[in-house]
Amino acid sequence: MVRFVVSRLGQTLAVLFTVSVIIFALMRMIPGDPVLMMLGDDFTHDAYQRLRAKLGFDRSIVIQYLIWVGSILRGDFGDSYLNHERVSRLVFDAFLPTASLVVASLVVGVLIAVPSGIVAAMRRDSPWDYGAMGFAIFAYSMPGFWKGIVLIWVFSVGLGWFPAMGYVHPWQDLWGGLWRLVLPAVTLGTFFSGLVARIIRSSLLEVLDQDYIKAARAKGVRQAALVYRHALANALIPVVTVIGLQFGTLLGGAVLTETVFSIPGMGRLTVAAILNRDYAVVQGAILVGVFAVVVVNLFVDLTYAFLNPRIRLT
Amino acid sequence: MGCATPSIRACDADVTDALRARSAAGNGGAAPADVVLEVRDLTVEFSSEAGPLRAVDGVSFHVRRGEIVGLVGESGAGKSLTSEAILRLIRCPPGRIGGEVRFQGRDLLALDEAALSRIRGKDIAMIFQNAGASLNPVFRVGDQLLEAMTLHLPESRRTLRERAVEILGRVGIPSASARARDYPHQFSGGMAQRVMIGMGISCVPSLLIADEPTTALDVTIQAQVLALIRRLASELGVAVLLVSHDLGIISQMCHRVLVMYGGKIVEEASIAAVFGAPAHPYTRGLIDCLPRVEGTARLGSIAGAMPGLSAMPGGCRFHPRCPVAEPRCAVESPELRRAGPEQIAACHLILEPAEGAA
Amino acid sequence: MSVPAARGQAVDAEVLPLHHAPAALGPAEGVATRAGVGRWWRRFARNRGAVFGLAVFLAVVAMAVFAPVLAPHDPIAQGVGKPLQGPSLAHWAGTDSFGRDILSRIIYGARVALVVGLVAVLIALVVGVTLGLVAGYYGGWLDAVIMRVMDGLFAFPIIILAIAMMAVMGFGVTNVIIAVAVGFVAPFARVTRGDVLAVKEEPYIEAARLAGVGSPAIIARHVLPNVLAPIIVQAALRVSGAIITEAGLSFLGLGPPPPTPAWGRMIAEGQAFIVMAPHISTIPGVALMLTIVGLNLLGDGLRDTLDPRLRR
Repeated sequence: MVRFVVSRLGQTLAVLFTVSVIIFALMRMIPGDPVLMMLGDDFTHDAYQRLRAKLGFDRSIVIQYLIWVGSILRGDFGDSYLNHERVSRLVFDAFLPTASLVVASLVVGVLIAVPSGIVAAMRRDSPWDYGAMGFAIFAYSMPGFWKGIVLIWVFSVGLGWFPAMGYVHPWQDLWGGLWRLVLPAVTLGTFFSGLVARIIRSSLLEVLDQDYIKAARAKGVRQAALVYRHALANALIPVVTVIGLQFGTLLGGAVLTETVFSIPGMGRLTVAAILNRDYAVVQGAILVGVFAVVVVNLFVDLTYAFLNPRIRLT
Repeated sequence: MGCATPSIRACDADVTDALRARSAAGNGGAAPADVVLEVRDLTVEFSSEAGPLRAVDGVSFHVRRGEIVGLVGESGAGKSLTSEAILRLIRCPPGRIGGEVRFQGRDLLALDEAALSRIRGKDIAMIFQNAGASLNPVFRVGDQLLEAMTLHLPESRRTLRERAVEILGRVGIPSASARARDYPHQFSGGMAQRVMIGMGISCVPSLLIADEPTTALDVTIQAQVLALIRRLASELGVAVLLVSHDLGIISQMCHRVLVMYGGKIVEEASIAAVFGAPAHPYTRGLIDCLPRVEGTARLGSIAGAMPGLSAMPGGCRFHPRCPVAEPRCAVESPELRRAGPEQIAACHLILEPAEGAA
Repeated sequence: MSVPAARGQAVDAEVLPLHHAPAALGPAEGVATRAGVGRWWRRFARNRGAVFGLAVFLAVVAMAVFAPVLAPHDPIAQGVGKPLQGPSLAHWAGTDSFGRDILSRIIYGARVALVVGLVAVLIALVVGVTLGLVAGYYGGWLDAVIMRVMDGLFAFPIIILAIAMMAVMGFGVTNVIIAVAVGFVAPFARVTRGDVLAVKEEPYIEAARLAGVGSPAIIARHVLPNVLAPIIVQAALRVSGAIITEAGLSFLGLGPPPPTPAWGRMIAEGQAFIVMAPHISTIPGVALMLTIVGLNLLGDGLRDTLDPRLRR
């Protein structure tokens, strides 16, 4: 286990490094003088020279990268060229709405996927199976942003049950905030559940074929305990990994969902920033987002290692 | 028996004497009340594109208290399915089990799931070929053994937990209480099989079904596991159905032998009769395949291979490979006929009893 | 389910995460033999979903290719009908806020979707498979470097990577294609490399090497045909992903500029009119959804046909 943890940590650091290099390279490839862009309206010759030196533009690209990394690690993502706010502040403010959306979607997704995956596996090749899997295919095939708009049309405009947009912090208004999250969470959550349900089904089917299930039945274990204890304990472990892998996809989906529902999260921040050519914000938001994905993946892998005795105890 | 090696012919005379003694002891004066398991006309069918296929076709036999009955045959002959059908471990559909399986008077095939699961693991225990794969990888071994008991026994969890450790010790697992907290992947094949045996006997069953329990183990471990099973029968009076394709094991362990081919039983005889004077040509062929230590005669073999279920020949299923087949063997399927005082076989060439050795 | 503890092998949800060996067909025997194709087709045809998917795909291709013939109106001509009219006999899908015929825009929109989907995946396939072959076969530091870069790329959700790249390159169809292609290189490289690693150990590879066949030739003639099947499956599954990504980017305003019809942007434009003219958003969305569902079913069907081991 220790060896596994260390190797995964190493891998994570390597990925974070590669990601930072990619982002740094992309930002440097933006046409135009970055220093000029950063100064914006505050341009004076002096300020220009000073900023240039500070960022290391007179030195090699590697030094520039290191200086950049240094400021990132200090939490200094630069300033938004639009309103001169600190990018770190903007990203921080946008983080919570996105996180709430993602968490809510995960909950919705799991609540749908687990039962439907189990039912599909237990009644393999029955109408239940085809129905559940058919729903799953539709759920993840439907473009999220369109699904959101349709949901708004039906439930907001049509039935008036939910508000069409907006976000409220949980501490300001818990139930109101949650209520507003329902449509976006359903939009993103059903997409997620479509992916996961199929995996649960196949994982469970594979486990049910195993010798130890047969042996447990020979021991006298009843069907319910057989499935929900003996089989599921094994079947869900790899599903955990898959959920982690899909976290990135979920975050990507969040970008679109936030735009549809006007949630002031990192996705909407990034999109607005890119349309406004506010590159510092784009960089900051993407950095944080991708880092979050990498960290979550690491966490998920470690959880998997913990849950699987074969890895935990070597 | 003095020889631990599979080739019984090496110790011919001593061996046959010992076998005769064992078969006498196994059968001697046993009253019908001692029959623990009686299987009548068991069939296992699977639906296929070509119609229903019978993997087990009208199998009948019985096992008595303290008796070890061997079920022998090639891969695909239906032995594992027969053993699994007793506890209804076969997924139905697509399978279908027919016939009667009487255990202590009750027909297992007619019971509902709830009643059957009360019998599984308690009155009838089953162990399988790959013991490591028969243990759930995410639960501790001790807990799995404990579960075998808490499912059926009324005593407190604490008592049973202590008993579990005790059982592990008795089946030969060193440092039992520490090992009980380990996971299956930390056990070797032989150790895992002992754990399975421990689980099997934990509720003191009347019948133990062992499906190729030592096939995945090496010879020394094999001997230990078999000795364990033998003690269960002789000391505790457990009835044992031992499924194997290995005649050597059968010869070491069993009082009586059932030979299966193509889903049917082709011979049933005491151990002495099977090895001393096999009645069915297939059995004879199997015995001839065993190497002899003395002499340099070529190893016997049975020509051809057992056909798959959908390609079974008409008449006697063995006739295409039979060295003494007659024309009628291709047309009529032989029923089991008496071939000796403790021997029946399904062959047209058996005309009268007292052909085989007593 | 033996998902390996380290996520070296591609464990995407779209390619169900089961361990699999490539359909090792033997030395230089590929998928496309005469009898082989016939067999594949029969197996494929049994899956009704897959056949439906194929039909959808062909329909979309037909729409794209024959757009000038099929579309009743000029897609960018404004005022061909009264604006914001719902579906009617004159305009089957209604008109948008500029009075343009939505049906024609949907038909022409298939062009953008298809071009992006196919070209981006093709580029990603060529680059990714090459990288995967090289990394898998040669191993060593080359493998390490390539796979670390792929890991880095893989960590980006596609949309986010595309947005980042378009910050650099600007918007428009070509850039969308490039951005999406870059995003999909990593999965192709991973899948290929994984299968190459397995195939590399096969005896016939060893035999070829001993016979003196040079490495590039071995890769091209022996390794590649045997890893082809999963790659084809990946490609089919990724096309739908590419189209959805393009639609998402258009929706955000980063795709082909107006007035070019793109399904994503049509949906975005319609969101403002959701109350009075819902058809502007909903109908193009139906087209998009059917395309994606069809392509996903097609991808699933291909996977079941070419490598049945992956099923369940």
